[in-house]
Amino acid sequence: MSISVTHNYTDQPEPEFSAEKLLEVQRFISMYPEGKQKSALMRILHLAEEEFGGWLSVPTMNYVARLLNIQPIEVYEVATFYTMFNIEKPGKVVLEVCRTGPCMLVGSDQIIEYIENKLDIKVGQTSADGMFTLKTAECLGACGYGPMLQCGKHYHEHLTPAKVDELLDTLRKEHSEK
Amino acid sequence: MGRKLLLEHANVPGIETFEVYRRNGGYRSVEKALKTMSPQNVVEEVQASGLRGRGGAGFPTGMKWSFLAKPEGVPRYLLCNADESEPGTFKDRYLMEKIPHLLVEGMIVSSYALGCNQSYIYIRGEYMWVLEIVEKAIAEAYANGFLGKNILGSGYDLDLAIAPGGGAYICGEETALIESLEGKRGNPRIKPPFPAVKGLWGCPTVVNNVESIAAVVPIVNDGGAEYAKIGIGKSTGTKLISACGNLVKPGVYEIELGLSVEEFIYSDEWCGGIANGKKIKACVPGGSSVPILPANLITKTAEGTDRLMSYESLAEGGFATGSMLGSGGFIVFDEDQCIVRNTWNFARFYAHESCGQCSPCREGTGWMEKVLRRLEHGQGHMHDIDLLAEINKKIEGNTICPLGDAAAWPVAAAIRHFREEFEWHVTHPDEAVKRNFGIASNHMPLV
Repeated sequence: MSISVTHNYTDQPEPEFSAEKLLEVQRFISMYPEGKQKSALMRILHLAEEEFGGWLSVPTMNYVARLLNIQPIEVYEVATFYTMFNIEKPGKVVLEVCRTGPCMLVGSDQIIEYIENKLDIKVGQTSADGMFTLKTAECLGACGYGPMLQCGKHYHEHLTPAKVDELLDTLRKEHSEK
Repeated sequence: MGRKLLLEHANVPGIETFEVYRRNGGYRSVEKALKTMSPQNVVEEVQASGLRGRGGAGFPTGMKWSFLAKPEGVPRYLLCNADESEPGTFKDRYLMEKIPHLLVEGMIVSSYALGCNQSYIYIRGEYMWVLEIVEKAIAEAYANGFLGKNILGSGYDLDLAIAPGGGAYICGEETALIESLEGKRGNPRIKPPFPAVKGLWGCPTVVNNVESIAAVVPIVNDGGAEYAKIGIGKSTGTKLISACGNLVKPGVYEIELGLSVEEFIYSDEWCGGIANGKKIKACVPGGSSVPILPANLITKTAEGTDRLMSYESLAEGGFATGSMLGSGGFIVFDEDQCIVRNTWNFARFYAHESCGQCSPCREGTGWMEKVLRRLEHGQGHMHDIDLLAEINKKIEGNTICPLGDAAAWPVAAAIRHFREEFEWHVTHPDEAVKRNFGIASNHMPLV
């Protein structure tokens, strides 16, 4: 399902990678034959999200298009196809709870409901303090270790309400200073 | 204990490092292949092994390799499919996380066999920490002369890189994976032409699953004939099974193909039985896309013979009374689980993951999901059950890629084996809602 990106335009200037990150960008591009630099697009979009606030605004995507010497639309159509990319600004921390069959069998529904109640939000919403965005995800490949959620690069498995409490406290502390 | 070919050293401390992996016999297959075998010899060993693709389809790997076109002056590519996204399947993650050099070693030997000088591992974007582990292993292989120019002085050059996905199940389909690797939406291509003729950037390409590529290592080390001695019938070798659901010991196991299903589920050596002392109700033996089997058909076939963990035995009876080994995603349901709810959950997965390119899949998966959702929420009608079967017929076999079939088969099988449960949801709507939604789920609105 594609989602329009036009609404996420910000009047901020295009962001820029640091010199160090630009070297990384060049490394990603060098993994592909000359003229096939578009293949590095997803790797660079992941990096851009990480560097520019956890989401892909239109200026960010335009910047990535310029780096790869491709049309902005080629970036938009990829960014809107893959579910991992945020094209709306999320909270500081995105919690993605796997809701697919194997996790459901061992209680993912209850974990989702517990987080909803704890943060007083519904799936898809961000907590009032802007800290947490709650999402659901389709099969994260942790089927034997559910219920689980992904937060950034980290998997948190065998969740219980007590573990969720502990995790949210830790994340809140880690990110409140940022 | 079954013989382990892939995970033998998985629990050796430090095995993820080049040094420890090498000390435990790692990269022997590269030395053997590059110094003593021609690429054709390697292909022949893989053919002799009888290895079948471990990603789900079970197509013979050696035969797939033999289809690769070899036009002069055109590069060929090997792509490793590490997009593991099939619900119930988490074996490739385990292998890459625990013993990443096994995959790197397999990629080198396989690339040599296929005449590729540039290969890629496409890893699902969610596995970003796994990507970092494998990338480190690749860097170590370069540093020790197993990748790059003139590997081990053999004159063979190979570059290996990783491409991450972005969270799309469809990219596990080989042509969608190729599109994605080219930096596009993961829309499957119409076949023919097959990737073996026209794949990545229009060049001949082989796409193999992580486990298939890892299996090439013991095949080269010990010979295809030795590998073929393990297993049963045309199901040769070992297989990684990722077991989950209501089991005492869910996890990833390497089994010799031919192990009885009963032993796998109930033996303490494997899954240890059903959790909480309950009875088994059903099982999906090969990942969410394969037909579900009720308890009476899991350990025994309809003919009363023992059901085995093999491609043939699990398929015995066809879709009427059998299923498939698939990817080895083994999902077990205890007696308290609701089949309608689970079927809806899987249908929702496929509706969400449809790329939307062709109408039967785009519209059909969404339609199935809606009908199942209303049945599950106590708002269904008896004719909805037949409607689902009708939608199934419109999807199955009518789509560009197998996602349509993968969405249709589980629904058809659930109705085939558990029709009375679907009917009960129609005749007892309040009880059905209370049973499943008394526990949770206000996040699943009925639209």
